[in-house]
Amino acid sequence: MPFLTAGFPTIRESKDALQVAAETSDILEVGVPFSDPLADGPTIQRSTYRALENGMTVAGTLELIGSANLNRPVVLFSYLNPVLQYGVDRLLRDAADVGVAGLLLTDLPAGADVALEEIVHCSPLDLIRMVAPTSRKARIAQAVDRAQGFVYLVARLGVTGVSAELATDLGPSIERVRVATSLPIAVGFGISTPTQAIAVARLADGVVVGSALVEVLGRHGVAAAGRFLGGLRAALDSA
Amino acid sequence: MTHTLVPETSTAGRFGPYGGRYVPETLIAALDDLASLYDSMRGDTGFWDEYHQLLRDFVGRPSPLSEAPRLSALVGVRVLLKREDLNHTGAHKINNTIGQALLARRMGKRRIIAETGAGQHGVATATICARFGLECVVYMGALDVERQALNVYRMQLLGATVVPVESGTRTLKDATNEALRDWVTNVATTHYIIGSVVGPDPYPRMVRDFQSVIGQEARTQVLERVGSLPETVVACVGGGSNAIGIFAAFLPDASVGLVGVEAAGEGIGTSRHSATLTAGRPGVLHGSLSYLLQDGDGQVAPAHSVSAGLDYPGVGPEHSWLRDRGRVEYHAVDDHEALEAFRRFSELEGIIPALETAHAIAWIIKSKGRWSVDAAPVLLCVSGRGDKDVAHVASLLGPST
Ligand SMILES: Cc1ncc(COP(=O)(O)O)c(C=O)c1O
Repeated sequence: MPFLTAGFPTIRESKDALQVAAETSDILEVGVPFSDPLADGPTIQRSTYRALENGMTVAGTLELIGSANLNRPVVLFSYLNPVLQYGVDRLLRDAADVGVAGLLLTDLPAGADVALEEIVHCSPLDLIRMVAPTSRKARIAQAVDRAQGFVYLVARLGVTGVSAELATDLGPSIERVRVATSLPIAVGFGISTPTQAIAVARLADGVVVGSALVEVLGRHGVAAAGRFLGGLRAALDSA
Repeated sequence: MTHTLVPETSTAGRFGPYGGRYVPETLIAALDDLASLYDSMRGDTGFWDEYHQLLRDFVGRPSPLSEAPRLSALVGVRVLLKREDLNHTGAHKINNTIGQALLARRMGKRRIIAETGAGQHGVATATICARFGLECVVYMGALDVERQALNVYRMQLLGATVVPVESGTRTLKDATNEALRDWVTNVATTHYIIGSVVGPDPYPRMVRDFQSVIGQEARTQVLERVGSLPETVVACVGGGSNAIGIFAAFLPDASVGLVGVEAAGEGIGTSRHSATLTAGRPGVLHGSLSYLLQDGDGQVAPAHSVSAGLDYPGVGPEHSWLRDRGRVEYHAVDDHEALEAFRRFSELEGIIPALETAHAIAWIIKSKGRWSVDAAPVLLCVSGRGDKDVAHVASLLGPST
């Protein structure tokens, strides 16, 4: 499951990158750029600022997804404020129109705004929930309660970004989510190499690769990003 | 002094529709722990005794209430000054850092992080960390590092590590993002001392409680001195902590007018200001729903003010609610008026105020004629002293003639 920032490195290449990514992946995650990406590390921050300079907006992100004809489920990743200002109902309608399947709001943890969460839950889009390594048992139960689609487990404490090692307690973390839900579990944050992807895929149902992909895309372009994802796909398929 | 806490004005972490906890899931456990500890400390006299002992012996509280005879003559009403500038470290910020450092100690967290704009909150945090032997890391926008060089050096002298933040607008907003990123990463060992009544619950109510000592003292002092309540209480509003701190004690006094003064920067009509409550719309930033400067697409707009401590596109959620309810009036004063008031007040009263405070002073000077001669006094919160701003003001105004 690749993550890409909408509008990075240019609007054109962003569309090409999504199409290339779609060839080797099951689900695509598309990030709406936000001026204050406080859950993101330097790589995604930079991609976000660049996307904003390129004029990317919520409407632009939806247009990009629509025009790319991806034939893959797309999960929209956003901070809450751009969605609030666009209008929640309007977003859910317009996103469904361009084929978006799920919505993950980074700064809307379970219970933060129950009415809003219910609106997403009852919409055609899946309400994708996050669980963190710090989430305790009762909290995990609360987080997965209204979750749809899959549960996104944050692999380690911290912001998005590449890390050399996977968290040692990933297995037990996944297990704690497993017992709380029958939904598939995707793991993200810090996964960058085929070896890491294979290790995660043994335990979880989905592997999210964000910063590492955005880094390759920014430095070496769309074709290189495609090769990078192809390498991960091949590793996962042969494992 | 015993601490009489104001009756809680929030319900489930919300002030009307504002406030809440809009943060990444990773922080929820830490906020739950902090809120439950704080809720239990709220009724713990031992905790408040320790807090007040430090405020007395280390900060020098109660801070005095001063007359301002020449400013009073200028504006035609008696103005009384609540002297937070005389606190140890030179601003109200220390009231909050002491309270939160005591909580961190009780949680067994030995690493403290903070964001700072003007540097006053950073200095106040570094100070109490030195006193308690805690590790201290302060995030500060790179632009603020330049305009508040004196405070950067003070923090370093106090043993803190100052991290310049180069992302975004390189000011307080971005320093706060970076502090939150640190907290998400090191949450097990680290307490984040937020410097104003902003952020996710429980920060806005907790910081208010620690700052409410300002208004409690001032209310008693004014009553003793004058025999009646003030007509108007005035404070500057960045995030809003000195303002809420002095307002809290007067909220139930319907006869007392409350005025918060924001920074209009280069003018409300320009894109370069920090007048969130005057010109913003509700939105979510740094964990709470509140008025926010933003564009039509929900991107946070860069704020501007000559004063680094007011240069912030958000504001505490309780202020948003007080604004909507009409209990507090909010006005805005531009850079030029603030600089003029900075000089005026220094000459008239022998007190060099912080540039933040100068905004509140400028509003009082501008509002000459609003009060009748026999009106009850105007109470001004002198949130801090201007030593930190002298070099910056000299570069803007040139040497005084
Ligand atoms: C002296 C002084 N006053 C006011 C402020 C603004 O903060 P608040 O609105 O939270 O009181 C600051 C912030 O740095 C400050 O240093």
